[in-house]
Amino acid sequence: MATAFSAAKFTAQPFPLNPASTTSHDSSIVFAKPTSLFLGSTRKLRLTSYSKFNLSRRSGTVDAVSDVVKQKKSKSSPSLLITKEEGLELYEDLVLGRAFEDMCAQMYYRGKMFGFVHLYNGQEAVSTGFIKLLKQQDSVVSTYRDHVHALSKGVPARAVMSELFGKTTGCCRGQGGSMHMFSREHNVLGGFAFIGEGIPVATGAAFTSKYKREVLKEADCDHVTLAFFGDGTCNNGQFFECLNMAALWKLPIVFVVENNLWAIGMSHLRATSDPHIYKKGPAFGMPGIHVDGMDVLKVREVAKEAIGRARRGEGPTLVECETYRFRGHSLADPDELRDPAEKAHYAARDPITALKKYLIENSLASEAELKTIEKKIDEVVEDAVEFADESPVPARSQLLENVFADPKGFGIGPDGRYRCEDPKFTEGTAHV
Amino acid sequence: MATGFHGVGAAVAALSSSPSNSFDSKKLLCSPRRSFPVRKGASFVVDRSDGSVNLDNNPKARRAQQLIVNAVANKADSSPASSSSKPGHELLLFEALREGLEEEMDRDPRVCVMGEDVGHYGGSYKVTRGLAEKFGDLRVLDTPIAENSFTGMGIGAAMTGLRPVVEGMNMGFLLLAFNQISNNCGMLHYTSGGQFTIPIVIRGPGGVGRQLGAEHSQRLESYFQSIPGIQMVACSTPYNAKGLMKAAIRSENPVILFEHVLLYNLKERLPDEDYICNLEEAEMVRPGEHVTILTYSRMRYHVMQAAKTLVNKGYDPEVIDIRSLKPFDLHTIGNSVKKTHRVLIVEECMRTGGIGASLTAAITENFHDYLDAPIMCLSSQDVPTPYAGTLEEWTVVQPAQIVTAVEQLCK
Repeated sequence: MATAFSAAKFTAQPFPLNPASTTSHDSSIVFAKPTSLFLGSTRKLRLTSYSKFNLSRRSGTVDAVSDVVKQKKSKSSPSLLITKEEGLELYEDLVLGRAFEDMCAQMYYRGKMFGFVHLYNGQEAVSTGFIKLLKQQDSVVSTYRDHVHALSKGVPARAVMSELFGKTTGCCRGQGGSMHMFSREHNVLGGFAFIGEGIPVATGAAFTSKYKREVLKEADCDHVTLAFFGDGTCNNGQFFECLNMAALWKLPIVFVVENNLWAIGMSHLRATSDPHIYKKGPAFGMPGIHVDGMDVLKVREVAKEAIGRARRGEGPTLVECETYRFRGHSLADPDELRDPAEKAHYAARDPITALKKYLIENSLASEAELKTIEKKIDEVVEDAVEFADESPVPARSQLLENVFADPKGFGIGPDGRYRCEDPKFTEGTAHV
Repeated sequence: MATGFHGVGAAVAALSSSPSNSFDSKKLLCSPRRSFPVRKGASFVVDRSDGSVNLDNNPKARRAQQLIVNAVANKADSSPASSSSKPGHELLLFEALREGLEEEMDRDPRVCVMGEDVGHYGGSYKVTRGLAEKFGDLRVLDTPIAENSFTGMGIGAAMTGLRPVVEGMNMGFLLLAFNQISNNCGMLHYTSGGQFTIPIVIRGPGGVGRQLGAEHSQRLESYFQSIPGIQMVACSTPYNAKGLMKAAIRSENPVILFEHVLLYNLKERLPDEDYICNLEEAEMVRPGEHVTILTYSRMRYHVMQAAKTLVNKGYDPEVIDIRSLKPFDLHTIGNSVKKTHRVLIVEECMRTGGIGASLTAAITENFHDYLDAPIMCLSSQDVPTPYAGTLEEWTVVQPAQIVTAVEQLCK
């Protein structure tokens, strides 16, 4: 049975990397044997001119992963990709992401949250498709577009909404804000405002997982880390440096590119010499996959393989998800540059509508059941807003509380006592 | 004379009062292992060769004493007997760093090292020599040349339970990691609302060396000092190098440990017992009455050389190695200012925006009433360190300038 990866046998010795010349059938290479199922370094780079954005070309490269899905469906007809429970879980997560982000927009325009708020509408399939496969101990690292990643990972909507309102009950006590969602309990490692900045942190979390297994001898430690970032980040040095290190040390990490084609107002095609991001994986010795990021089931299939690979110790994978954000880059973005035809094209591929259609057509769920879920999510989001509204704002004593894990780091004052011994110190002083 | 180390500056060589080039604390009239509580003008100078300490009756001083470096760590009483019974062992500064690192790695399996050439090569200044053979390639990780990313990787590892020691082959290279150090290392504990701690140590050699050129002669402490959430310490002797290394590794805060390229071959006798040096405390190098000289790292030796000349001229300088660059130990410093009323800061940072600039501000703010003269700050020139030997010499503060400054201050 063809799977998205037919991984070659894992070999421990370092392999000579010569991606330009390797063929797809060289089984000593430790990344997956490329077949028609995904494009690795084996396909010749088809250099075509991208002088103007061409939708059909783009969809032409959406490749055989969908073939996998189709194959599976046709081979044994009643075999579906998901069970009813899984389907409902996925649907609920998609709807939660969408409803939450829509509420954020409302709250922002009502003056309940401030600053830069980056909404995830349209990209939910990537978050749901990947994160719902993780265990609690697996880690997720995101960017500033992190609300939905946190929600998918299990951070309560109340905690995220409070954080956005800047209240003490927020997941980061109101100290992080929209772009810095963290949860120790759910292993959400941020939330980063500068792009690319979280990728090394994710690499470090994956390093810890490998270290625990090999040095601390916690034999069953197979924690995987997912790093989410966008197309703009794929031109950043940290991206390449971490691809190198992750492949070099076979770290249990999956690099998930949410290619929504736009970095604020910079089109991916105008910024990138070779816009096929998945091809950059094999350059570093890991498989590079391209998947339709508007289809949660396709994303989930690819994610299963990639996460499975990482868990088995076979190393990292680069997954490029073709997706789209329905709103502007942030709530402050007028979003004037994007072609309405492009927006319409992707709006027609709304992941929630697609899954709903799938569930109903395959008799996995009824309209009524889905409506119940939508209603439930509405209540969850309303409750989150209420909770956030009623939560207290941080007191002044919170100002300096978490600057240091060990507050002795504030030093010794003129009177010989550590500054932190003064209970009023956390209210903030100008003293150095 | 200094053997086997090409970069030793004149100041360091001048310290070698004995043929074996050992740093002998007694000969410098100081006890580098103790910072003494000085209260209300009384000075307790207990300078015993066996390193024992006299505690006074004042409970506050005793409490401050407990914060002080102990030769024997984690014992409530620093009993003289224990520190004098064992012979100690002589180590060079880089060996002391390694010993501290090795001891902490033995003590806690989560401590790991990452950096360029730290593993098989043993470190560009041999601080990690032998550690990869002992602990393995994963615990002493040779990284590719990607400072920003491997520093970030260290931060991610620290957030998820490890205790990494990240080496910058030269501190200047950490400019490439500034993004991670400022945004993540310093800030993540706070922006996560205290959920994630980052017990990372970032260390490496910096400072002006021996004609290494501008880019290899940088003083990054001045660039990092504003970053909230980090601590910075600078070591200057084998004793405090080992002590600070161990304390930094044990600390839950991110600590940047500044070593100096020219100090790696200093030799000193270290205690056999386990000890750490307090990260937040300054070190009293030479108690005195006339003027407080605040310094750190290599400039300590220029100051001590100047101190010899000053003593001959009849001055009695008090020399304090501030050691903790962020935060400043305002207690030790303040007590000294209250005693001498004159302050000279001698540092290697550039004039603009250096540690000296911050220290001047802090002292003026806190101890203005005690000053009889404006604070003098001797810093390096605001210039990319030139290659030519003569120009380089004039870039950093030399002992003669320190002598002149003290004479001026004490007029």
